[in-house]
This record gives sequence, structure tokens and C-alpha cells, in this order.
Amino acid sequence: MSRIWVIALNTFKEAVRDRILYAILAFATAMIGSTFVLATIGAGSGEKIIRDIGLGFISLFGTLIAIFIGIGLVYKEIDRRTIYTIVSKPIHRYQFVLGKYLGLTLTLFVNVIIMTWALMGLIYIGEGLWDFRLFAASGMILLELMVITGIAILFSAFSTPTLSAIFTLSLFAIGRLLDDLRLFGEQYAGDVGRAVIRAVYYLLPNLGRFNISGEVVHGLPLSEVVSPMAVVYGFLYVTALLALTAVIFQNKDFR
Amino acid sequence: MVVVKTEGLTKEYRTGFWRTRVRVLHDLSLEVQQGEVFGYLGPNGAGKTTTLKLLLGLIYPTAGRAWILGKDVFDVAVKAQVGFLPENPYFYDYLTGREFLDFYGHLFGVPYRERRQRIEALLQLVGLGKAGDLQLRKYSKGMLQRVGLAQALINDPQLIILDEPTSGLDPVGRKQVRDLILDLKARGKTVFFSTHIVPDVELICDRVGIIDGGRLARVGSVDDLVGSEVESIEITVSGLEESLWDQVAARSIRPPVRRAERVVFAVKTEKEAAQVIELLLGRGASIVAVQPHRQRLEDVFLREVAGRE
Repeated sequence: MSRIWVIALNTFKEAVRDRILYAILAFATAMIGSTFVLATIGAGSGEKIIRDIGLGFISLFGTLIAIFIGIGLVYKEIDRRTIYTIVSKPIHRYQFVLGKYLGLTLTLFVNVIIMTWALMGLIYIGEGLWDFRLFAASGMILLELMVITGIAILFSAFSTPTLSAIFTLSLFAIGRLLDDLRLFGEQYAGDVGRAVIRAVYYLLPNLGRFNISGEVVHGLPLSEVVSPMAVVYGFLYVTALLALTAVIFQNKDFR
Repeated sequence: MVVVKTEGLTKEYRTGFWRTRVRVLHDLSLEVQQGEVFGYLGPNGAGKTTTLKLLLGLIYPTAGRAWILGKDVFDVAVKAQVGFLPENPYFYDYLTGREFLDFYGHLFGVPYRERRQRIEALLQLVGLGKAGDLQLRKYSKGMLQRVGLAQALINDPQLIILDEPTSGLDPVGRKQVRDLILDLKARGKTVFFSTHIVPDVELICDRVGIIDGGRLARVGSVDDLVGSEVESIEITVSGLEESLWDQVAARSIRPPVRRAERVVFAVKTEKEAAQVIELLLGRGASIVAVQPHRQRLEDVFLREVAGRE
């Protein structure tokens, strides 16, 4: 475990010392701040609008960080040949993959926390209360980001950053619309089409499962909103992605 | 004790659209003993780096096997005894020199206090004592090479594998690296290094392997490879009478050369040298220098490489 942790901390350090991260974070905070304006000019349910759009921004910017750091996570090490001095040390290749993944997850965790506090601060200024329920929504956002990071790291183990970005973004978009796709298939597709859509539905990550922002914003009880099955599903999916990445990485020649 | 051993080590890559097989290393079998400095000499693209990568488990062999300290190179535990400096090292440039060494020390599981001590000692050893808190992005090429060397020694390894450790360094830097290698040898370490710089090998290696076109052409001690026989004897004289010029030219194995007041020529054997010296001394010339020339490793190397082209 300690070697995985060494790699993870180094990955975190790399992200934290990268100016891009600060640019994204600053922009995200500014955008979350701007919802305040939207809420004041919008009629009626301003409180809900702030929460809804704010959580949307946390998810959006988290996804940007996950994809754009994730796709370079392993690729950069191979491309810059820093991998030579790692794999020649007493460390298993899967430990390296896990370490890189955990490092980015840690980065995302810190970022989501910062953005959530920024949103909560904004709400406190407007309404004079700390809405801790938002952490349930952002926790599920983090879980979604972990799945997206897993997809990005998988592609980055065998593909260039540009292709990885395209693949990951595509899977992200499909993953968000998977429930609609299935609904569409059940209603309009023929037998074969339905079978294909069903296969796709079970194979690809169903990211819609992690989106509970609407329910949280509308004040539903958290015990009804947060599904333990969704959490288990998220962790299982990440495990499968990492296992696949580790297998690819294990068989790779670092030329 | 055998530290490095390979048997029939072969590597093929598939390249191009048709995935054609290209063999970059052919059936390499060699052994390196403990305490040896082994120079792996070859032109660019000869298969040197491929061999080192196979020894470090960075790539998988197509055929054959390799062992370090008696254990298969894919046994991760054995790497605790190995230090490695890649060619043109690229490192995490957002780390400072100290953080960089700490990271690798940590990967080796070196305990905290020992790590602190080793990092300071190594920074001093490679002459980066003052640059320890500078980010690597601010290092020059020579400094990167040195911090890379420090990284290769952070675990106090038994075997140190260096890929072109002196290329790209100035003469002072090259000498420092050579001295460091000799220092490691004095401490009983085994050093396996690749290079295309022949004089470096000649100066510090116990044994040399010459590789070309993916094949090990020669292996042995420098003396074994160059032989101890005198190839020619160069004689420098001054005050040579003009009438003797033709006689000297006739005995010389290459045209005599005038350098100011002096004439330089070369004969094949010691016997010829004695005869010609006697003749010249009898005619009032003075002998400035007599220098026997042995074959150099460079000659052997160039012949091996040229023979395959």
C-alpha cells in the first residue's frame, strides 16, 4: 500500500503544482458566484436555482479536471519516459496504475470540497444558513468523477491524449443519456435493436445513477435520494476499469 | 558471484502497417561478475538500450531469459538491489532535487531518517548540494544527469545500470562520472553501463562487450580485445641529414612528417627501430622520442562495426 500511496501523493503534487488546475478552479468559483446574479434576476425560486446551477458547475468543472488530467495521467509518464525510472524500481505495475488513479481522485476530492464550500458560502450569504445537504449531491458527483477518471486512465494506457479525450467525452455523454437511450430502445426499437441497446446499457457506465442534484435541491430526504446500490455500482465499475487498465499496463513494452 | 546473466535473450518488435517483425536483439548470452565494471559498447541503434530495458523488466523478451543476482528480472523484489539511470533522463520537473530523491527513496521503502541522510550525502556527492531546493525544470542538462545518478544510488544498490551516463556531458562532467563509477567499484558494486564513447570504456572498464546490429560481437577484458602486442613504433628525431631522408622514408611504414626541426616516422618492429636509431645516431642526428603504439580499443571497435556494414 505504501508504494501506491507514494505514487498517489506525487500525482497529487503534480496536479497541485499545475497552473491549469488553478485556472479551472478560479473559473469554476467565478461561475458558481455568477449563479447568485442569475438567482436574483430570476423570479420565484431563486434558492433552488443557485443550488441547481451551482451543483451543475461543480459537476462540469470536476469532469473537465477528471478528463484533462486523467487522459495524460499514464500517457505523459510513458511519453516523457519518466516511467523508466518507476518500473525499474521494486514496484508492481498495477501499483503504479492504482497510485496514479488515487492521486487524481485525491485531487478531485479536494477540488469538489473547495467548490462545494464556495457554493455553500454563497448560499450562507444569501440565506444565512449552511446547507450541508449539498455534500450528499457533491459526494455523488465525486463518485461519477471517479468513474470518468477510471475511463480516462484506461484510454490513456494505450492511446494518445487527443483520442483518449474524444473517447472519454463520448462515453461521458453516452453515460449521462443511458437511461433515456434504454427508454427509447424499449419503446421504438425492434427485437435486435432492443437487445443491442440492452447490452450497451449494461456494459457502459450509467452516469445518470450518480445524479441526485435535482432531488437534493428539491429537499427530498437524503435516505431516499442516496442509493446504496448506486454507490456499490460506482465502486464496482471503477474496480473493473482499473483492473482492465492494470492488465493492459502489465503487458506493455516501454520502448 | 554472477550479478547479471542472460541466456539467448532475443527481442523483436512489430512495426509498420503490416506489423512486420524486426529483430533488434539476437540471442544475447553474457555474464557480469560482482565488482566488475562492464562497458557495453556499440554505435547508436545497436541494441544497447534494448538490452538494458530487458534487464530492468521494462520490456518483455521475445525469447531467452535474464537474471539479476540469481533471480529472474521480472521478480519485482530483485529491483531493490538495482539502481538505474536512463539515457537523456526526463524527470518530474515540478519536484525540487530533494523532493525528487525523496520520492525514489520512498519507492524503495528507505526509512525516513536514512532517506534524509542519503539524500544529503548524494547531493554532495554529485555536486548539487546548493541546488537541492531548486525545481528540476530549472536544472541544466548536466545537473539533470547528476541528479539522475543520485537517484540511481538512493537505495545503495548492488548493481548499477547506466545508459549512456557520459553522453552530453562536458569533459569535466565526464571525468566526474568516470570517477564515480570507479568509486562504486571500489565499494564492491557492480556497474553495467552502455556507451558509444570508446575512451570512457578503455579508461574504467574491467570487461567490455561490443554490440552491433543487435548481436554481441566481442566480449572480454580491454587487454583481451586489443592485445598487448606492439603494432608500430613511432620515432621522432631532430638534426636529420637531408641525405638520410630517403633511407628513413624507405623503412617507415608511413610517409615521414616534418614538424619544424623534427621528423616523425614509424617502423614496424623493435628490431627495425634499433637498427634505424643506431644508423641515425652514427650520422649525428638526435633522438627526441621513441613511442611504441599498441592497438587501441577504438580500432577494434571500428573494425567490428565496419565489418558488419
